[in-house]
Amino acid sequence: MSADAWSLLFKALWETLYMVAFSGSICFLLGIPLGVLLYVTREGRILENRAANMVLGGIVNAGRSIPFIILMVAIIPLTRLLTGTSIGTTAAIVPLTVAAIPFVARIAEGALIEVPSGLVEAAQSMGASPLQIITRVLLPEARPGLINGMTITLVTLVSYSAMAGAIGGGGLGDLGIRYGYQRFDGVIMLATVVVLIALVQLLQMIGDRLQQHYDRSH
Amino acid sequence: MIELKNLTKVFAPGGTEVKAIDGVDLSVPEGTIYGVIGSSGAGKSTLIRCVNLLEKPSSGEVLVDGQDLTRLSEKELRLARHNIGMIFQHFNLLSSRTVYDNIALPLELAGASKQAIEQAVLPLLELTGLGDKRHSYPAQLSGGQKQRVAIARALASKPKVLLCDEATSALDPQTTRSILSLLKDINRQLKITVLIITHEMDVVKTICDRVAIMSFGKIIEENEVEQFFLNPQTDLAKEFVRSAIHEKPIAEIEARFQSEPSEGARPVVRITFVGQGVVQPLITKAARQFNTDFNILQADIETVNEKAMGFLMVEIMGEPEGIDQSLQFLKDNVQVEVIGYVS
Repeated sequence: MSADAWSLLFKALWETLYMVAFSGSICFLLGIPLGVLLYVTREGRILENRAANMVLGGIVNAGRSIPFIILMVAIIPLTRLLTGTSIGTTAAIVPLTVAAIPFVARIAEGALIEVPSGLVEAAQSMGASPLQIITRVLLPEARPGLINGMTITLVTLVSYSAMAGAIGGGGLGDLGIRYGYQRFDGVIMLATVVVLIALVQLLQMIGDRLQQHYDRSH
Repeated sequence: MIELKNLTKVFAPGGTEVKAIDGVDLSVPEGTIYGVIGSSGAGKSTLIRCVNLLEKPSSGEVLVDGQDLTRLSEKELRLARHNIGMIFQHFNLLSSRTVYDNIALPLELAGASKQAIEQAVLPLLELTGLGDKRHSYPAQLSGGQKQRVAIARALASKPKVLLCDEATSALDPQTTRSILSLLKDINRQLKITVLIITHEMDVVKTICDRVAIMSFGKIIEENEVEQFFLNPQTDLAKEFVRSAIHEKPIAEIEARFQSEPSEGARPVVRITFVGQGVVQPLITKAARQFNTDFNILQADIETVNEKAMGFLMVEIMGEPEGIDQSLQFLKDNVQVEVIGYVS
């Protein structure tokens, strides 16, 4: 592979990491609290609220039902508002984040449901407030599940970010399509695939290690 | 210390109303260990969960230390709960926290300083015999150790009341005994009032001062534990006492057994008494005085609330007049019940 090809590959890898890290961070910051809200407003949970749960659940389901490629185009006005442009790596972060928030929310909700309800009761019997139950009991106890969910989300974001090439987002997927597919450059195509596989393996490995570190349940 | 007044809890799953608690009045005196026993589904667990309002009663009053919890705001209720510790059948420890941090949790929630937490937790580790487990996680502990952590945690906020919801039901008999003796120690040393919900008569027998029997959401009998064992009133209470003293049904050991008297049939009586060496002189005296013989069918000495209590089943043989006189003599001195006849 030529020096040019290497630099293309590194640039693309950097763009992918940039998109995944940025959208990943934001979607965790917004998605986990949303997942907590979905959980606590469920029937029989600490802040049961049917109406709120239905509205939030409806929004989350709507977000998850739109295919990413359509979502990217549909929210161009929002992207332009937030980043000033609708083309480029930074612009791609907006649809990636928007698509991942409901995904993270459902995964976080699922991780919280796994926490035995007896622990919540024990905390209530100690006089814990709902906020204390969330921060001192639910989130720490769900941490292994949450880390697992974050790993899944990051891996999904890597593959979604490849589609962001469609709006000039750059990254490894874009490189693979432009060189590998459109120019029949098999070497770059192969290199792209290898780097993607290595990236996903690395993410999964780190995620598993962290999950094991925090899982004290056995 | 705990007073329940006309307490009712109605569940309505799928529209049909079920009265889990049906007009219960209960009074737990300060400093006692009070047991509520009943079969599963009797409403015991719902009852104890009403005491700290984990379950909101449908009607009635819940007074703890003179305060009616049902009239408190959410915030006041949270404060009141610092005064009421609770332990559970399945321990409910946080798997992500060490033993030390689990015990510290109620204090953290109350906003105590690190120093204050350490000052409270270290003596509790000693009291519950967990000094060397400080840095362990719950998954590394046995069931008995987990319940000890839960007890230490429940005591951390220095409550006046400790609620135990089937606290020994998931433990083996030996561990159960050690947990019960820990509860008794706590009750004595810290002067904490303990309310225990259980389906195991052994728990009542070992540590309770008073006991109430619950059936279909109602308290059907309530008494001091010794009186309860000496003289149970309801059929359910009698059944529980019999199971606790391992009494076999008489028909199993006496093929000639009949429940009604008939010509020439001899009475079988159950004699219950407190204290060792009480009943034997009585029996020999009756035998000598009224010229009767006593055939001992079953005998058992049990420790009830740290007192020796004897249970004896005898067949009285002799002339009808002598039998009647012997019976009367025994009735004047100990708890006697004619449970049937053999011919």
